[in-house]
Amino acid sequence: MSDTKTNKAEEQQSSQNSGLQFERRDIIKGLAAVPAMLLFLWNYFKKQALDKMRSGEIMEELSLKKKAPAVLKNKKPGDLIRLGVIGYGWRGAQDVKAAGFGNPEWAAKAKAAADRNKLDKRFETYLQQDDLNLALTGVCDVFDTRREQGIASSKATIRPNGVAQQTAPAKGYLDYQDLLASDDIDAVIITTPDHWHSKIAIDAERAGKHVYVEKCMTRTMEEAHAMYAAFDGSKMKLQLGHHSRAVASHEKAKEIIDNDILGPITLVEVTTNRNSPGGAWVYPIQWNSIEDVYQKYESKDRYATPKTLDWDRWQGPAPNKVPFNLERYFRWRCWYDYGTGLSGDLLSHDFDAVNQIMDLGIPKTASSSGGIYRYTKANFPDMIEHERDVPDNFQTVFEYPERNLTVMYSATLTNSNHRGKVFMGHDATMEVGSGLTVTPDNSSTRYKQKIADGIINTSLPMFAYSPGSKDIDGVTSATAKYFAQKGLMYTYKEGKRADPTHLHVADWLDCIRNGGEPRCNIEEGFEEAVACHMATQSYLEGRRVEWDPVKRKIV
Amino acid sequence: MNDRLNPLAPDYSHYQLVSVSLLRVLIGWHLLYEGMAKLAHSNWTSAAYLLDSKWIFSGVAKWIVTNPGLLSFVDTLNMWGLTLIGLSLMFGLMSRWGSIAGACLLVVYYIFHPPLVGLEYSKPPEGSYLLVDKNLVEACALFVLVMFPTSHITGLDRFLNKD
Repeated sequence: MSDTKTNKAEEQQSSQNSGLQFERRDIIKGLAAVPAMLLFLWNYFKKQALDKMRSGEIMEELSLKKKAPAVLKNKKPGDLIRLGVIGYGWRGAQDVKAAGFGNPEWAAKAKAAADRNKLDKRFETYLQQDDLNLALTGVCDVFDTRREQGIASSKATIRPNGVAQQTAPAKGYLDYQDLLASDDIDAVIITTPDHWHSKIAIDAERAGKHVYVEKCMTRTMEEAHAMYAAFDGSKMKLQLGHHSRAVASHEKAKEIIDNDILGPITLVEVTTNRNSPGGAWVYPIQWNSIEDVYQKYESKDRYATPKTLDWDRWQGPAPNKVPFNLERYFRWRCWYDYGTGLSGDLLSHDFDAVNQIMDLGIPKTASSSGGIYRYTKANFPDMIEHERDVPDNFQTVFEYPERNLTVMYSATLTNSNHRGKVFMGHDATMEVGSGLTVTPDNSSTRYKQKIADGIINTSLPMFAYSPGSKDIDGVTSATAKYFAQKGLMYTYKEGKRADPTHLHVADWLDCIRNGGEPRCNIEEGFEEAVACHMATQSYLEGRRVEWDPVKRKIV
Repeated sequence: MNDRLNPLAPDYSHYQLVSVSLLRVLIGWHLLYEGMAKLAHSNWTSAAYLLDSKWIFSGVAKWIVTNPGLLSFVDTLNMWGLTLIGLSLMFGLMSRWGSIAGACLLVVYYIFHPPLVGLEYSKPPEGSYLLVDKNLVEACALFVLVMFPTSHITGLDRFLNKD
């Protein structure tokens, strides 16, 4: 082959050259790839410049700050606040943990889980919580076991940030009135079933205690009015337990809406998607441990019995009294006698989130439908003895005619397909979870020119906010994944992962110490309660209901 | 590595030299941009890729992700490795070492995400693969470049080899 000979001859000739004498041929061949490199660099910088221009133009158009939103900068802890908890069930234990008193049983299991799986950050996140300078001085529960578990939390040796074990354990109470009458309690966390919320909260306000109460704020509309009357203008600080108010993405979502980036928003879709007995509140009966709710029972000697559980006291203000019934006790969310169903339990999260982001207030109308389609005695004869009256499929449509807006809630407890929280505007769509994305609409008016110029690509989000995107988490269960997707498990504060409940409790304590209004005070709480009660009433009565803003009643 | 140590170091025809050199430059281009794009993206991390790893090395991948210091080292090694290998291949500077390093890196990518029957990944691939994917093909192409070096003719190695 003549070419082969040519190259061979060339190499021989080249090797005969002495020292570092390079011929023109050497220069040309040795630098043969330089034009390719120049072409690479020219295209690289061209692409960089184009990306920067697009990003800059989009950000300029959006007028958004690139940095993460400032989320709840805690003020200094200040004076010690003495805390009481009323109702130390699953959620009560979580709220008390968020305050810095993780149950030792929980801590041991969380630590073991973290040792097994380093992606499980629950324990680490707890240990990194700020010290809120609290003492847990009172624990009230009508079930002895849970009361003891609450007292055990006050004796926890594993505390966030290495805070020392408190010097004296909390005192146990059977009657919440005794706890409220105690001089060594400044503030209470109320984590009872919904049917007790308003009565205890109002009594606490009268007793001069600050109140953190879980959602739904009340079980009935009448109770919502009574709560409003008690806390409107009160010196006692009320925080409703919508901890998602502390989620960083909600702050960014509000900024996006306030900057009118989505254009006129006419539809918001929010959803609940669960598919397990636990997700449908069909919990194990006789769970005896903080963690037992998802696990096997550990011991049988402390089971709830009429001797260990004060049934009459637990039923209290429930409208329909029944004989001792553990199914109703452990699965109270399945009955309207004690809870508020999907609307008060889960729609309330989403309604409050949309209310936080869009400042909507009470809807004009609500139309609900649904049914008990899966969790029946017939489908689960070994698991269910008494039929529930709370639906496991539930849809509500809220109308805001003055805002030209529909808010649609769709809930299923029989399928876990993730459906996001979606804000639909004429110009763009925003999906919010623990992060958020904004995707331009093909037919947008505002972005029409930039879409035509190729600066904005409608097949991709034009803005994405992903707090802690380099932080990897191991989500341990279907329900945990659901909560994580909705941003209810973790958020990010100044780049550090934080439990939103901790931030929400901290916000309440800041207001107690330094004044100001908690993020979810009686005004937001009343709006949440009314919206949820409208949804429930519409379902139960099978008709569309309206809010009369003058008479302040549902008609 | 001196090409004289390589029994396969061939005498190229003109078209052979052009085509193998072109292969070297194109792979270099690809790896260089992969590296530079990651370097330009301050939030880039291999964590999601590693967490989605399947097959026998998934445990190693998870171990890397759970050690923040190690993950950061792996990320840095990956970004700069790709960039330097890309530069080596494009300029023809120590290209056989670059080819070996590139082939090793691509084989690592492959064994963390092999398209074996029955393995499903959360992020769908951009093509359809059965056992063989583009990482494996590119790794083999780099092995070919080890066996058929060109940088001593059409690269900066030409000047280094002058003696």
